[in-house]
Amino acid sequence: MAVVGIGQTKHVAARHDVSIAGLVREAASRALADAELTWADIDAVVIGKAPDFFEGVMMPELYLADALGAVGKPMLRVHTAGSVGGSTALVAANLVAARVHRTVLTLAFEKQSESNAMWGLSLPVPFQQPLLAGAGGFFAPHVRAYMRRTGAPDTVGSLVAYKDRRNALKNPYAHLHEHDITLEKVQASPMLWDPIRYSETCPSSDGACAMILTDRAGAARSPRPPAWVHGGAMRSEPTLFAGKDFVSPQAGKDCAADVYRQAGITDPRREIDAVEMYVPFSWYEPMWLENLGFADEGEGWKLTEAGVTELDGDLPVNPSGGVLSTNPIGASGMIRFAEAALQVRGQAGEHQVPDARRAVGHAYGGGAQFFAMWLVGAEEPPS
Amino acid sequence: MTAASPPDVLRAPLVVEFPFTRSLGPVQSAFLTGLREGVVLGVRTSDGKVMVPPTEYDPVTAEEIRDLVEVAATGTVTTWAWNPAPRPNQPLATPFAWVLVTLDGADTAILHALDAPGPAAVRTGMRVRVRWAADRIGAITDIACFEPHEGAADAADAGAAPHDGVFADAVTGIVAEARLDYTYSPGRAQTAYINALAERKTVGERCPSCRKVYVPPRGACPTCGVATTDQVEVGPAGTVTTYCIVNIKARNLDIEVPYVYAHIALDGAGLALHGRIGGIPYDQVRMGLRVEPVWTEGGRHPDHYRPTGEPDADYDAYKELI
Ligand SMILES: [Zn+2]
Repeated sequence: MAVVGIGQTKHVAARHDVSIAGLVREAASRALADAELTWADIDAVVIGKAPDFFEGVMMPELYLADALGAVGKPMLRVHTAGSVGGSTALVAANLVAARVHRTVLTLAFEKQSESNAMWGLSLPVPFQQPLLAGAGGFFAPHVRAYMRRTGAPDTVGSLVAYKDRRNALKNPYAHLHEHDITLEKVQASPMLWDPIRYSETCPSSDGACAMILTDRAGAARSPRPPAWVHGGAMRSEPTLFAGKDFVSPQAGKDCAADVYRQAGITDPRREIDAVEMYVPFSWYEPMWLENLGFADEGEGWKLTEAGVTELDGDLPVNPSGGVLSTNPIGASGMIRFAEAALQVRGQAGEHQVPDARRAVGHAYGGGAQFFAMWLVGAEEPPS
Repeated sequence: MTAASPPDVLRAPLVVEFPFTRSLGPVQSAFLTGLREGVVLGVRTSDGKVMVPPTEYDPVTAEEIRDLVEVAATGTVTTWAWNPAPRPNQPLATPFAWVLVTLDGADTAILHALDAPGPAAVRTGMRVRVRWAADRIGAITDIACFEPHEGAADAADAGAAPHDGVFADAVTGIVAEARLDYTYSPGRAQTAYINALAERKTVGERCPSCRKVYVPPRGACPTCGVATTDQVEVGPAGTVTTYCIVNIKARNLDIEVPYVYAHIALDGAGLALHGRIGGIPYDQVRMGLRVEPVWTEGGRHPDHYRPTGEPDADYDAYKELI
């Protein structure tokens, strides 16, 4: 199966001009236009977003059926916390691969301005000690553990942030466009949760991303180059358990290994041309480079430091600017998957990696417990 | 037959509330601003039907619809249910009927409250009219409720008239206060843990399969999927396995920044719990630091952990517990 249509909103801090319905509609309409299809061509809709508490609309998929042309069609909601955009795309892909439906619209969104995700993630629970930190405080100790384990110098995080923010300048849909960004500015930004600096954290965004997935026959009719799905997998593990490795979770490794097996990849570093991975805090780039098999354990930071992951490096990571530049939470995973598809379709515009033939989209969520990943290619996979 | 009385499991009220905000978009903005002005607006769909309340997209064709029309403030009850005991924040404080009302000129019904003396006064097909709220702000509550109304639909009024939806000072957003009231129970295992904390002891549970000690216990081992029942006291001392220095003040937390938020593996525990480190300058905390709990009078949990003065633990001794 293949991606034949992609649509995103311009991600911003607050879209006060549209309802949630209007926001998702914008992304879905753009995906249909890209595929040159109409609502009538869609057989099913698969939607994802982060917890309902984030906007306070219970089961928003019900109210969004009109906006997504889902009336009279199957509509499914997927929910796997921050990785949901990725899992949603994979559920849609599986419906096509299983020949349940021929053409599926998949979409993910978040309108963070309507609520406070920090509040939604830290509801007080009776008898329990209040959380002392927040999302950054949850992840910062794991970053320190990574630095201790690998001996990475503390400058690596700022290199990632500097790269991703510069990449975002080439992506018209990215939320942050920091035209005057310098490495010095990143390094001088306040330390929020030491070792994580303000400039090394993701923004809070309103946005939606949509894709049209279809079968071989649909791809053959596509007016633009399709992105073929060569492999996709999801893996989960508990939030907390004795022996959990927060630095490199087993579920993440297993997820990547499954995708490579499906796609026939034996050397990801050499065989993959572009990576869109879920990096909400800069240090997750070197951490995931190891977790996803692009570097040996303890070596991920060396790729970042050597410039390998720059847009003109030999393994560009997050050419779109990544989650560090755009974070409508529920949509962030799907944006990774869609940006990977844009790369192999040759339609990434200014942030195009020249001649990208194979690209990975990756997402994770919860307490580093849900993982979703796919590999898309410019060529049709052997059947 | 005798039954062991269940151990007393803790319970407490849990209130979750938040003032969510909503950006309305063009159609809902016109609808709610109209209510403020005493005008009920709907939309005309592609098949000519008038929907009240309006939607932004056609339920049949999925096309965007922006053809606003004005309908009457009178209508007909299509079905109803008597509500003998109103809850807080429902439209009326006295018993009332939930009604679906098709306003004159509309093809769909709107759900609202009908002020009536009793169920005998309500019937399907009865005529009703909007009772406007005294102070209107551009919200669905601008319709205080419906009330009985004598008189058939006025033929001249029965149709829906086109409306441009333009008002001065349009409402573009609303605040949707949400509140959920729960009774929370932490369950058997955590009740035992919390009760032990009252005696300043930390008690976890050992998995019978992998032998790891879970603190706090959840009643089951998430890896093995078996119940944990064997109680084990851990600590009181432990090792800082990793940490961060928090430099921004968290909401509702009365702790001066910077402070150290650490993962602490209590001696004997199979995984780390989280706590604050005190009694040492924040920039001298390190991985491997040995710490012990500091309790305050009446505190349910240790207030923080402070250094014990022991030599730091070896990295290899705690690296699996981070
Ligand atoms: Zn076990």
